[in-house]
Amino acid sequence: MLKLNRANPGLLCAGFAALWLTAAATTASGADASAAAASAPDAAASAPAAQPGSVQAVMAMAAKAAQQQLADKKKKDEEERLKGFGADWESWTPDNSVADIASLQRGVRDFAGYCRGCHALKYVRYSRLAQDLEITPEQLQTYLLPAGAKASDYVASPMPAADAQTWFGKVPPDLSLMARARGTDYLFRFLTTFYSDPSRPTGANNLELPGVAMPHVLSTLEGVKVAVFKTVNKEPVFDHFVQVAPGSQSHEEYLATVRDLVNFLDYVGDPSQVQRRTLGVRVVLFLLAFTALTYLLKREYWKNVH
Amino acid sequence: MVIAVKPESEDPSASQGKGLKAWLYKRLPVKEFIETQATGYYAPKNFNIWYFFGFIAIVVLVMQLLTGIFLTMFYKPGEATAFDSVEFIMREVDYGWLIRYLHSTGASAFFLVVYLHMYRAILYGSYRAPRELLWLFGMLVYLALMAEAFMGYVLPWGNMSYWAANVIVNIFGTIPVIGSTLVEWIRGDYGIADSTLNRFFALHVVAVPLALLLLVLLHLVALRRTGSNNPDGIEIKANLGPDGHPVDGIPFHPYYSVKDSFGISVFLVIFACVVFFAPTLGGLLLEHANFEPTNIFSTPNPITPSWYFTPYYAILRAIPDQRLGALLMALSLVCFLLLPWLDRSPVKSIRYKGPLSKAFLALFTVSFLGLMYLGLQEPAGIYILLGRLCTGGYFTYFILMPFYTRMERCKPVPDRVRFQAHA
Repeated sequence: MLKLNRANPGLLCAGFAALWLTAAATTASGADASAAAASAPDAAASAPAAQPGSVQAVMAMAAKAAQQQLADKKKKDEEERLKGFGADWESWTPDNSVADIASLQRGVRDFAGYCRGCHALKYVRYSRLAQDLEITPEQLQTYLLPAGAKASDYVASPMPAADAQTWFGKVPPDLSLMARARGTDYLFRFLTTFYSDPSRPTGANNLELPGVAMPHVLSTLEGVKVAVFKTVNKEPVFDHFVQVAPGSQSHEEYLATVRDLVNFLDYVGDPSQVQRRTLGVRVVLFLLAFTALTYLLKREYWKNVH
Repeated sequence: MVIAVKPESEDPSASQGKGLKAWLYKRLPVKEFIETQATGYYAPKNFNIWYFFGFIAIVVLVMQLLTGIFLTMFYKPGEATAFDSVEFIMREVDYGWLIRYLHSTGASAFFLVVYLHMYRAILYGSYRAPRELLWLFGMLVYLALMAEAFMGYVLPWGNMSYWAANVIVNIFGTIPVIGSTLVEWIRGDYGIADSTLNRFFALHVVAVPLALLLLVLLHLVALRRTGSNNPDGIEIKANLGPDGHPVDGIPFHPYYSVKDSFGISVFLVIFACVVFFAPTLGGLLLEHANFEPTNIFSTPNPITPSWYFTPYYAILRAIPDQRLGALLMALSLVCFLLLPWLDRSPVKSIRYKGPLSKAFLALFTVSFLGLMYLGLQEPAGIYILLGRLCTGGYFTYFILMPFYTRMERCKPVPDRVRFQAHA
C-alpha cells in the first residue's frame, strides 16, 4: 500500500479540522498528518454532537487546555528559534533505513513532488520502483507516472538541459548515484542547511555546498532560516541558524521529510541492497556450516599424521 | 552406455580393462597425473596458517575468470557506454550486482592473499635456493596481477578510473627520451580517451589473463620440481623413508586437499561478509568518486589508487622529483626480484635467523603497512615526513640484507621439521 498521507489535500484538511476539534485527544505536539488523518472519521462523528451542558463544558475545558498546550509549545519553539540551532550541523546524520518501505514511499512521493522537476534518475525505471516499493500499478499510474510515460520508462526530468544552463548556470545533476558518490550524511546536511542569503541569485545559500546553484525548493515545508556568522581570525565562521519564518512543517517534521528523501536516494543508489543483505545472511550461515564440516573432515583425516 | 565403476579402478592396470574409464586412461594420463601431482606429491606436514594463501589465490583466480566472463557479456567498452553498462549490470541484469561485487571484491581479495602469500615466503625464506625461479615466477604473477587490476579499475570509467589512469600512465612519461612518445603509444591518443579504454578492455580480458594463467602454471610446475618449503626452512627430501618418500612429508591429497578446503571455507565466510554486507568497504574497495562518471574538468581530491597500490604510490610521492620518484618506485619492485640473492643467511626460516634479521623484517613490515596507509592520505604536514621515513625503512631492509644476514648469529636448525600432532 502506498501511504500518500501528506499528498491528499482533502484528507489533510479533514485532519487539521479534527486536530482543532479534538485537540485534547491529540496532544498537538508531535502529531503528524497520518495520525490526524486517522482520527478524521472520529472528528466527523463528534462534531455535530450537541450533548447536555456538562459534556459541552468538559469539551470546552479540554479544548481550552489543548489551546494552552499549543500556545506553550509555540512559545517554547519560538524561544528555541531565537536561541538558534544548528551549531552541531556537521554531525547531523539521517539514520535512515532502506528496509523501511513506508519511508521509501514517502520519499518517492516527495521526490516526485519537489525534485523531479529538475533532477532525473536516469538509471531507474518506474516499474522497478513500483516493484521494490510495493506500489500498485493503479497507484503508479495515478500518483507517480508523468502524463504519457510508460511504467517501463526511466525517471526523467522535463526540464531541458539548455534551459537549466541558462536559468541556474548549471545542469542539475542526475541523482541516481548521488547517495553513493557523496554519501547519505552529505545529502542530509545539504537538505537541512539551506539558509536565506540575499546576495545569491536564488536567495538561498547552503553550508554543505556553499554557493549552491540550486534554490531552496523545500522552503515551503521548512520555512526560512538565516545563518548567524561569527568572526574568527577576520573570517566569517558559521555559528547558528535562526528561524525567521515558519514553514508548513515543524522542525521535526521537516527532518523526517528530509530523512525519507535521503532514504529514497540511498535505495536508488543501490536498489538491490535489501535483497543483498537478506541473501547474504543465508550465504554466510551456509558457509559457516560448511566450514564446520570441512574442519571436522580435516581433523578426521589428520588423526593419523604424527 | 557402459561406465565402469569399481573393478577397473581397483585394478592397478586400469588402462588394460574395458569400459569408458579404461578407454579414457589409454588415451590420457589421468591416473599418472593424479599419482604424481596429488596422491603422490609429498608436502611437508608442518604447514601452518601461512600456507593456506597459495591455494586460496588459485580459487580467487578461478572466481575472477568466471565472474569476468559474465561481466563481459554485459559490459560495453567505450567512453559513451562503459559507465552506463556497469549501472545496467548493477540494476537490470539478474544478480548482476552479485557478479560485479564478487569481481570487484575479488580483485582486492586477490591482492590480500597474494600479499600474505609473499610475506609467508619472506618469513620462511621460500625464495632461497633451490626455489629462486619459483619466486621469480611468483613475482611475475604479481606484476601481471598489478597490470590486470589497474586496467580493470579503469573499465567502469568513473571519475577516479579516469584520473587514476592519468596518474599511472603518466608515470611512464618520466622515462627519459622516449617517455612522452611511450605514453602516447600506451593511450592511443593525446589523453586518456576512448581508444585507451578499449585497448585496456582487450588487455584486461584477453592478453593479461592468458599471461597470468601461463605464469601461474609455470609457478606450479616449478613448485612441483623443488617441492614446498616449510616454516622450519629445511629440505624434507633430505630425510627419505624406506618407501622413498620424505619421512616428514605427507601426500598432498587427501591431507592438504582437506586442510585447504577448510582454509577456503574460512576465507569464503570473510569474503561473503564483505560482498554481501560491505561491498564498497566504506569507499576502500569501490571509491565514492567512482560512482560519478568521468569528468575531465573535475579532479577528485585526493586522487588515490586502490589500496593494494598505495605503498608504491606513497614511495612515488615521497620524492619531490617526479622522475626520481618513479625510478624509486620501479626499484622498490626490483628489490623483490633480487631477494633470493640478497639474503646471505645460512638459514632460511625467520625461526632460526638472528635478532638483526628479525628487527629489519619488523622495520620492513611497519614501513610497508605505513606506506599503504600513507598512500591513501593527502600528502601534507607530518605525512610527508612519515612517507619519507617509511620509504627509507622499506629500502633499508633490502639494501642492508646482504650484510645483516651474514653478521648475525643464527640458531641451530633441527634435522627434522617441528610438528605437533592433533591431540
